[in-house]
Amino acid sequence: MERPKEEKEYSFNDSKKINRRLLLGSVAASAVIALVKTTTGQLVPAAVPKHVSVPPDPTKVQGPPPGALGTRSPFEQLAKKTSDTSSRTPLQSLYGVITPSDLHFERHHGGVPVIDPTAYKLVIHGMVKRPMTFTLNDLKRFPSASRIAFLECSGNFRSGKEEMTPQEICGLTSQSEWTGVMLSTLFREVGASPKATWFLAEGSDAAVMTRSIPMSKGWNDAMIAYGQNGEALRPQQGYPARLFLPGWEGNTNVKWIRRIEVSDQPFMTREETSKYTENIKDGKIRQFSFDMDARSIITFPAYPVQLDKGWVEIKGLAWSGRGKILTVEVSVDAGKKWYSATLQEPVLDKAHTRFRFLWKWNGHETEIMSRAIDETGYTQPTLQQLTDARGNDMGGYHLNPITAWAIKRDGRVLFKPEKWK
Amino acid sequence: MLLLLLTVVFIVSCKDKQEDEMIVYNKHAAKRQHADSVINVKIITEMPPTFDIGRKATSAEINEWDIDVRADGKGLPEGSGNATEGKAIFTQKCAACHGKDGEGGAYARLVAAMGDTVKTKTIGNYWPWSTTLFDYIRRTMPYNMPGSLKDNEVYSLTAYLLYRNKIIDSSKIIDARSLPGVVMPARKYYVNDDRRGGPEVR
Repeated sequence: MERPKEEKEYSFNDSKKINRRLLLGSVAASAVIALVKTTTGQLVPAAVPKHVSVPPDPTKVQGPPPGALGTRSPFEQLAKKTSDTSSRTPLQSLYGVITPSDLHFERHHGGVPVIDPTAYKLVIHGMVKRPMTFTLNDLKRFPSASRIAFLECSGNFRSGKEEMTPQEICGLTSQSEWTGVMLSTLFREVGASPKATWFLAEGSDAAVMTRSIPMSKGWNDAMIAYGQNGEALRPQQGYPARLFLPGWEGNTNVKWIRRIEVSDQPFMTREETSKYTENIKDGKIRQFSFDMDARSIITFPAYPVQLDKGWVEIKGLAWSGRGKILTVEVSVDAGKKWYSATLQEPVLDKAHTRFRFLWKWNGHETEIMSRAIDETGYTQPTLQQLTDARGNDMGGYHLNPITAWAIKRDGRVLFKPEKWK
Repeated sequence: MLLLLLTVVFIVSCKDKQEDEMIVYNKHAAKRQHADSVINVKIITEMPPTFDIGRKATSAEINEWDIDVRADGKGLPEGSGNATEGKAIFTQKCAACHGKDGEGGAYARLVAAMGDTVKTKTIGNYWPWSTTLFDYIRRTMPYNMPGSLKDNEVYSLTAYLLYRNKIIDSSKIIDARSLPGVVMPARKYYVNDDRRGGPEVR
């Protein structure tokens, strides 16, 4: 069998070439190389970082010795996309299902507080037999649990123009392995009243963020998490401890948690009344919309990728706040026919699930899209189905429409924004 | 004397024995009895009711943080305020972000009465509970000095914003008794989430 010829150069588009030697050490696929925009709007591969000296032959010089901390390759230019209120995970640049902790999306309401872990405490009071205070060490002494689950902001939908990346459209979802003490363990410790129906979770940021959470969630699978991907939580994710509610809208997962008050009614805080509620039909406003419905997005090929004719592995993520992903279906003909994608095992409950679908692109214009189906039988809707169900005045929370990418004849991949207002 | 010594030794050894007793939690213990022949190990198959970790919370530390105000008014402090005083405080501490009279600026518009042509969600046309105003203003406003307002100032700002949104008269005194009774125009539109998974899109 003839081996493929060693290529001297990779081509990214017709006008730009890059010397292969500069790319040694990065994964040998054109799709993973960072692209940057020139002043004329042209996409070209990111140049070799200036401070990196690349030897002509790495087998002829000793490399640096072992270090105290590992570092990302300087060739990998990963970054969150920031705005005044949030920063978004570069979904299109990631492999597998775990979000590197420093790329986990951020959304906070009073900045990131600095909390001394030795001074940290969590107070649980209200309808409990024993109001108690726990230090961080106390929390770590309790039986612990770990689970891999996504966390998604319920405002995770942007649209409006063709030149949008997965990160810009839906980068407010990330996944980690979370470790902590189950809230049920703490509820038993304080003797939470069986008559209690809601609890208030309060953060120690400048917003002193509060949300009311049903006790049933607290007893079921809520966690006070102090670990993320093998280390302590990142400050941006609530260091030293946060509430983690698998499958529920990000805002309820109160970070930097300092207080839990057990009660028999919701508190009607600002974040669960004037925010994180959505207009639906007949002038109604929907409140306490906790569960994140099933969603998926193709992260490759997606804007700004320049697609080459031939075999393409379509890749993406699917997830549901209501359980496991059952199936992801992919269409390569603008939604006329749908085929099952391959899911990467293990498929976890309330977790980002990687899907893949092999397709040979013949160079014709088309649209590709994916839809997630979860174990409750829910199928990710189109935007039209959402407006049919909620009305044209529907609010911006809990929007999980099918995302379509238009493939142009010249290989450009563009987001297909849809209007509903 | 000897008897006394023996008694002491006996008591001490009993105590030691009790403290030395090892307890292990193993919910599968029944299947693994053969491994449990070690002396002085008690196996429990239910989690202990408590782990005796943590300490009793003091009233002082609870009171320091327990600043929430429920929709029924529980948690509202002593004190009172009115719209006139509220306007003065608003001008000084809030107008820079929210506009001269709450009509919006660099940050959110706060004022637009229900039925107004304004599309923005405001206290007047969207907020369902009046108590939320007090709770939120007290816990986190103003942005540059969060949590710095005195209770009377918060009552006055609450009164001013309710007045500006045409929900109360300018003369109404807002305090722990009157605030929970202020019914917000938007409350009647609020419904609980009815999404349930399954085939239906809601």
